[in-house]
Amino acid sequence: MKTVDVTGLSCPEPVVRTMAALKGLPVGEKVVVLADTVTARDNIMRKVQQMDCEVSVTEEANQFSLTITRKA
Amino acid sequence: MRNCVTRFFASRCGIISVGVIIGTLAALLVSFGNPPNMGVCVACFERDLAGALGLHRAAVVQYLRPEIPAFVLGSLVAALVFGEFRVRAGSAPIVRFLLGAFAIIGALVFLGCPWRAILRLAGGDLNALVGIAGLACGIGGGAWFLKNGFTLGRSRETLKPVGWIMPGLMFGLLILAFAQPAFIFASEKGPGSMHAPILVSLGVGLLIGFLAQRSRFCTMGAIRDALLIRDFHLLYGVAAMLAAAFAVNLIIGRFNPGFAMQPIAHSNHLWNFLGMALSGLAFALAGGCPGRQLFLSGEGDTDAGVFVLGMIVGAGFAHNFLLASVPDKLVDAVLQVGGPAINGQVAVALGLAFCLALGFSMRERFE
Repeated sequence: MKTVDVTGLSCPEPVVRTMAALKGLPVGEKVVVLADTVTARDNIMRKVQQMDCEVSVTEEANQFSLTITRKA
Repeated sequence: MRNCVTRFFASRCGIISVGVIIGTLAALLVSFGNPPNMGVCVACFERDLAGALGLHRAAVVQYLRPEIPAFVLGSLVAALVFGEFRVRAGSAPIVRFLLGAFAIIGALVFLGCPWRAILRLAGGDLNALVGIAGLACGIGGGAWFLKNGFTLGRSRETLKPVGWIMPGLMFGLLILAFAQPAFIFASEKGPGSMHAPILVSLGVGLLIGFLAQRSRFCTMGAIRDALLIRDFHLLYGVAAMLAAAFAVNLIIGRFNPGFAMQPIAHSNHLWNFLGMALSGLAFALAGGCPGRQLFLSGEGDTDAGVFVLGMIVGAGFAHNFLLASVPDKLVDAVLQVGGPAINGQVAVALGLAFCLALGFSMRERFE
């Protein structure tokens, strides 16, 4: 499973890097994205949901881990 | 309750509501005394602030605008209430400082930041269309660089007191705005002499700062996200701001469509376009419009704070070195089109060269 670390990056780099990681990803495969701001988390979630992906988020001490699964 | 509020501001309805409130308040600030089509202009207000502090001596644009510190402090309150005050630093601060300086030079060649471009359009100033076209081109260039790996590098968490420096500075400016000591300059004529009552400016600024922090309102981000990732969320907010300001201007009789002799504006199309292209590119590379940089600096992003300081210093240069444009004027009943002198034209060219050099050189490969 691919992991993308976008911590500390300015907007919109977290979304751009997440989209790049999802490009060409086979259906059913997962990508884990590590983010450290609510803005990055929300922007990534909004974009991947538009891309027919499923996303689940866990948070620990202001660090977000987004597990994104390509559905189509 | 907090989660409910957060979800609302993250929704389409939330960003549209914020746009409507900002557009309405900005248009009304003109009725309260702010300059025409300049209810809120981050670049103009930072230029006035620079003048108030004596960083330039252009006598007509000196006033310690309370809206600027209020934006930062409103954002600070929102970040503290919602647990989002996170202190971070170290993402190419010197580059951000220079991007801020060039961004405001571009804005002062156009005579307004993206916020004022929207408000000028809402007041019927059609030169704003040219400026917005330039802005979109600059942002488009920035989006292309971002797509191809442009980065200013990562910031990292740092010690809490560092994050309080910008809010502390802004609080100090607010005290000076109220105290009005003799060493603070204040225009007696021109745009700097036109302002809403200080408590109105403060209240509106705090409210906008709070709402914009919660909703991540960003005028540059609206165009960038639409071009780069086909995400129109922020664009709904900006469209709502334009529509609300337009409606208020119609109601209060401040809509005067045309190109020539618009208030505090010039109809030199080439330099309206190029000035805003420089601004748009600099804002895109730095990750936020001038308002967003203020809101970020209120929530602990010290790199955004450095960008803001770059804008204020850049405003000083813009007037000391005669880089800013002059507005259209009538001489013996004949229109004299304004715009930048040769100094301003060279500064815009230098700024574009600087931004392009950054865009091509500061790249990181990612899969």
